[in-house]
Amino acid sequence: MATERFDAIIVGGGPAGSAAAYTMAKAGLNVVLIERGEFPGAKNIFGGVLYRKQLEDIIPEFWKEAPLERRVVEQRMWLMGKDSVVTMGHRNEAFKEPANAWTGLRVKFDQWFASKAEQAGSLNIYETVVTDLLREGDRVVGVRTDREEGDLYANVVVVADGVNSLLGKQLGVHHEWQPDQVSLAVKEVIAMPKEKIMDRFNLEGDEGVTTEFIGQLGGMAGLGFMYTNQETISFGVGVMVSDLKRTKIRPYDLIENVKQHPMIRKMLQGGESKEYAAHLIPEGGFHAIPPLSGNGWVICGDAAQLVNFVHREGTNLAMTSGKYAADAIIEAHAKGDFSKDGLAGYDRRVRESFIHKDLKKYQGLHGLLNDIDPKLFDRLPAALNDAAYQMLLIDGLSKAEKQKAAIRGLREAAGGTANLVKLGIKGWRAING
Amino acid sequence: MHIVVCVKQVPDSREIRIDPNTNTLVRQGVPAIVNYYDLHGLEEALRFKDEMGAEVTVVSMGPPSADKALKQCISMGADRAVLVSDRAFAGADTLATSYVVGITVQKVAEEFGPVDVVFCGKQTLDGDTGQVGPGVACRLDYEQLTYVEKVVELSDKDKSITVHRHLEDGIEVVKTKLPVVVTVLTELNKPRRASLPGVINASRYKPIVWSTNDFSDIDRSKIGLKGSPTIVSKTWVPEPRKIDTKILEGDNATVVASELIEQLWSTELPTRLGW
Repeated sequence: MATERFDAIIVGGGPAGSAAAYTMAKAGLNVVLIERGEFPGAKNIFGGVLYRKQLEDIIPEFWKEAPLERRVVEQRMWLMGKDSVVTMGHRNEAFKEPANAWTGLRVKFDQWFASKAEQAGSLNIYETVVTDLLREGDRVVGVRTDREEGDLYANVVVVADGVNSLLGKQLGVHHEWQPDQVSLAVKEVIAMPKEKIMDRFNLEGDEGVTTEFIGQLGGMAGLGFMYTNQETISFGVGVMVSDLKRTKIRPYDLIENVKQHPMIRKMLQGGESKEYAAHLIPEGGFHAIPPLSGNGWVICGDAAQLVNFVHREGTNLAMTSGKYAADAIIEAHAKGDFSKDGLAGYDRRVRESFIHKDLKKYQGLHGLLNDIDPKLFDRLPAALNDAAYQMLLIDGLSKAEKQKAAIRGLREAAGGTANLVKLGIKGWRAING
Repeated sequence: MHIVVCVKQVPDSREIRIDPNTNTLVRQGVPAIVNYYDLHGLEEALRFKDEMGAEVTVVSMGPPSADKALKQCISMGADRAVLVSDRAFAGADTLATSYVVGITVQKVAEEFGPVDVVFCGKQTLDGDTGQVGPGVACRLDYEQLTYVEKVVELSDKDKSITVHRHLEDGIEVVKTKLPVVVTVLTELNKPRRASLPGVINASRYKPIVWSTNDFSDIDRSKIGLKGSPTIVSKTWVPEPRKIDTKILEGDNATVVASELIEQLWSTELPTRLGW
């Protein structure tokens, strides 16, 4: 029993681990997935949006069985002033068929995804913590768990143990995060009667709306979100840990303050907070991505810092990287070569894929966010709100004067014309460079 | 030596809520666990597996999803698990349940060898009656030992068991002959954490499932809702007791403390305590 050797051990039952386990099990490999939580998803949170494309590549027509909440037909962006908001958004019936994205709850989704892997033949074990990697020379040959007789051997270990990757640290590819490399997402799931949600967000059937907002986050660089589920609303904010440290605002107080904003309060009132969770999100960007494979191991998902922090795509990248890792291991299995060279197919796939291209495209952005004064996250949306207010207020001033005042306001918020222009250029470069 | 352990999958009472409108338990979203009294029975059985090579069979009555509870028992070291599952069993009270568990133990004895000891938890977390264990003993016509907090000796040679029963007025030391039904308290032992090979073994294990059709001479009038004379006429949530609470304020801890002592002395409490 103890001497049983697996083709692969997957550490972590999140989307990266489940995608890897599912793909390999389907190809007939003997795999075991080890999850520390009581069940998959017990320790996970995500904002709550799941895109069709990447999961469809792994499980065709998954939406017919996966526990999803609502089809996203409208995306809103709110630029917040102190007691005001400038809204932008797009709603389109075309997002319904085929659906572009769904809102979802990780607790349900992860359980389902892991059960798919199990049905495909993966051996899933829970409440078991992997404490160490087992090595022979420069090769990883298995894992040590916190259970009795807890050593397990395999040709490859797939490290998908999340943002604080303990094993990544042991491999030396993952260092303690610096406060400016991670953001903290705090999230509440707020229960509300279905009818109320549908009326408030103007929804029909399983339609859903995502709202993201900038500004009024206590002077921090970050983003807020509000997603409609069936009978709950996922609400939260993500801010840089370095900003929390600087402002000494506690995450819980931050989310409570944000909820008091009149625009948000009115959307959430009457709801009952059901869950509160906080999770680190790696935001180090392209430059923080470690080597993705070595002798007898690969690393996927959050553990590998594969998050496109401009878009909310942690879950997507996690699943896709898990699948790529699995594809590479299946190849290595056929060749019988589990060395760094044998597993190089994984690195190649990631680098050829959208993951790498997207992360590379936005590589300057992380630096930009760090460079610019976080107060701008409040000041610029606020100036925009002032401008909108002035333009719409009928008080006898001419439109020309109002326009001038609006531009002046924005310029001042940015700290002068030179800064505004510089910011524009930097931003453009960061995204298009 | 063949030991049977009866287990029940129950909603985790640490996470139970009561719907204020219907006064019933909200079971949705509440994780299911093995009734923890039963786990102590299993641990004791496994102790005798380790010590004297006893064979351990776990039985449970419940929906198909209860196989998760049985797999947990296998991961800890049980040799086999039987799930008795059928829609016809649904709605059973303790009378019907003990009938079904009784015929299940009988069938286990017929198929896998005579049973010497049946361990049950003292009670379940969701039902709290403590009736099923003794009910099973009566139907099987086995000896019964309830509220057992220690098994002193289990002898294969003279087919006897000696235990400590925890009673209200003390501890009773009892020796009796096998076969016996033992209902256990949590003081008995500390359930083990499954080893990794155990968990892997359990993950591959498929419990044996018996439905009504697998019992040749089952009396259908004694099972499920039909076999359950218990009627739940009303359930309610007890009113929370109202306690008069005062918050004392003062400039510093000393002031608050002396104020508190003064107020305590002015109540009837010191007299009642004979101070």
